[in-house]
Amino acid sequence: MRINKIVVAFSMSVAILSGCSSTEEKEGSLIEGAQNGVNDASASGISEGSQFSGDQFGGNGLGNDEFGVSNLGPEFRDPANPLSQQTIYFMYDSSQVQQDFIPVIAAHAQYLVSHPAQRIILGGHADERGSAEYNIALGEQRSKSVYRLMKVQGVSDNQLEVVSYGEEKPVADGMDEASWQQNRRVELLYQGQ
Amino acid sequence: MHVLLRTILFISLFGFHIPSQAELIIEITKGVETAVPIAIVPFGWQGEGGRSPLNVSAVIQADLNRSGLFKTLAERDMLTKPTLAEKVRYRNWQALGQEYLVIGKVNEVADKYQVQFQLFDVYKGEQIFGRRFTFSTNEFRRAAHHISDLVYEKLTGKKGVFSTRIAYVTKTTQPNKRKLFKLLVADADGYNPKIIDSSIQPLMSPSWSADGKKIAYVSFKNKRSAIKIQTLASGKRITVAAYKGLNQAPAFSPDGSRLALTLSKDGSPDIYILNLKNRMLLKLTQSFGIDTEPSWSPDGKSIVYTSNRGGKPQLYTVPSTGGRSTRLTFEGDYNARGSFSQDGKSITMVHANQGDYRIAVMDLATRTINVLTAGRDDESPSFSPNGDMVLYASRRGRKHMLSAVSVDGSTQQKLALDSGEDVRQPAWSP
Repeated sequence: MRINKIVVAFSMSVAILSGCSSTEEKEGSLIEGAQNGVNDASASGISEGSQFSGDQFGGNGLGNDEFGVSNLGPEFRDPANPLSQQTIYFMYDSSQVQQDFIPVIAAHAQYLVSHPAQRIILGGHADERGSAEYNIALGEQRSKSVYRLMKVQGVSDNQLEVVSYGEEKPVADGMDEASWQQNRRVELLYQGQ
Repeated sequence: MHVLLRTILFISLFGFHIPSQAELIIEITKGVETAVPIAIVPFGWQGEGGRSPLNVSAVIQADLNRSGLFKTLAERDMLTKPTLAEKVRYRNWQALGQEYLVIGKVNEVADKYQVQFQLFDVYKGEQIFGRRFTFSTNEFRRAAHHISDLVYEKLTGKKGVFSTRIAYVTKTTQPNKRKLFKLLVADADGYNPKIIDSSIQPLMSPSWSADGKKIAYVSFKNKRSAIKIQTLASGKRITVAAYKGLNQAPAFSPDGSRLALTLSKDGSPDIYILNLKNRMLLKLTQSFGIDTEPSWSPDGKSIVYTSNRGGKPQLYTVPSTGGRSTRLTFEGDYNARGSFSQDGKSITMVHANQGDYRIAVMDLATRTINVLTAGRDDESPSFSPNGDMVLYASRRGRKHMLSAVSVDGSTQQKLALDSGEDVRQPAWSP
């Protein structure tokens, strides 16, 4: 019964959110090849005078991905409080939440339930071994595991955002289990209040 | 045999000059013992100024040396430097132990250039091949690579890949300590790096259209993943997928009309085919686990992809119009990111068997997996257009670099940024 409810809530949120998803750069048709005159007989295409479009040097307006915990209460800085733990670690090639982290996730879920305006990003990551694209998917499965646990505990869907960076943002760059362990993680990033 | 190629060049964007975009240095780490001796005589020049705007023969020498199959004669060791066939004395070149000889010259004709060159068999004492063609000012390097391709094809029977390009992603640390990701396209010899996109968020998975005119890739700008397609000649960029969840692993169909991709909008990551004309989505897989990394067979009929539905990542195939998936790999506990060779006869992949992650090639007729590399974390393999080599990402210590290995294992190259910064996610152009 409960599971059904969650599934319904989840699929509703998917419907709502996917409805919002849009493409940024709508100008032009999808296939714009034909009118692009590279009058290039030998075709292998050394392109002349590449003009790049405007967002070339991007990276603007992205400061908001650095959500600190500075706006959060002192409980987030108390090492004895599970809220001070904002990283959930995983086993190799697994997205199953380990027992040790259940109370940590529960504490954060509780906090979110009592602070319904607070939003959180669940950033999934993988160690660097294996294929980068597979690791993106693995990172997403990890953050979805945390997402599901939080949902079960009553956190509202619009408080949660699932993101995966795969192996693209390692915190440790060694080629050993100690580093890999640190990289197989979901980071709980609170948005500033 | 070490051949270091360097370039320092300026990228022109909107008329601004950005100094020294870090360049890839290509180093032969393993060449064949029996590299064929060949002399490329400095090309003659007839035109403005005392000499050619580009040292054509030097580019050809570097190309052939880089292949690992040839060993060119140093200019200082040449007894004569003929530019016309009637001036060639085969005995001179025989005495120097050369098997083949290339001579040529470039003439400036109005605002164009005309190059002619000839390839000789030194021992038989006869011409194998000669050609003349015209090119414009900005095509000097391309003309030189074209000559390398022709010489290579005449002598090995296989198409050269010196005129191709590679796409790759660099990760550098800015002065403010933040990472900057850049997607670049450079010539196969590392020259002419051009920025396709840059972001403080990851850029991933560049994939070429079959005509070499477009690149699809994944951007995480604004923290959400999206698939973009950029037309190289115009720099025009469009977003083709920005669904909730993953937007990953784009791959153009051979005819360019469709894009295979991974989306998780309906739950777990699945393979979809996006029709680029009408934007219709076809869902190809629906397992509960991860399905990702689609790649097209050259005839466009099937897709190879990675799935962990059996517990561990393995390769599967599915018809590109929909249908049943078939498991392809059974050897090893990790087989991922498969991609076809141009002839459709083999697939290169990331392969592990209770240990390190290496690049392997599977022969589809025999289903034999041949491991080509010995790294600990090798990934992102793609075939060269002639199927002779596989380009991949590797690590040495903490450093990320690119490597290339010949399918027969006889030659190896390392491609690293001279700045020492990370380079990953290579994709060889058609």
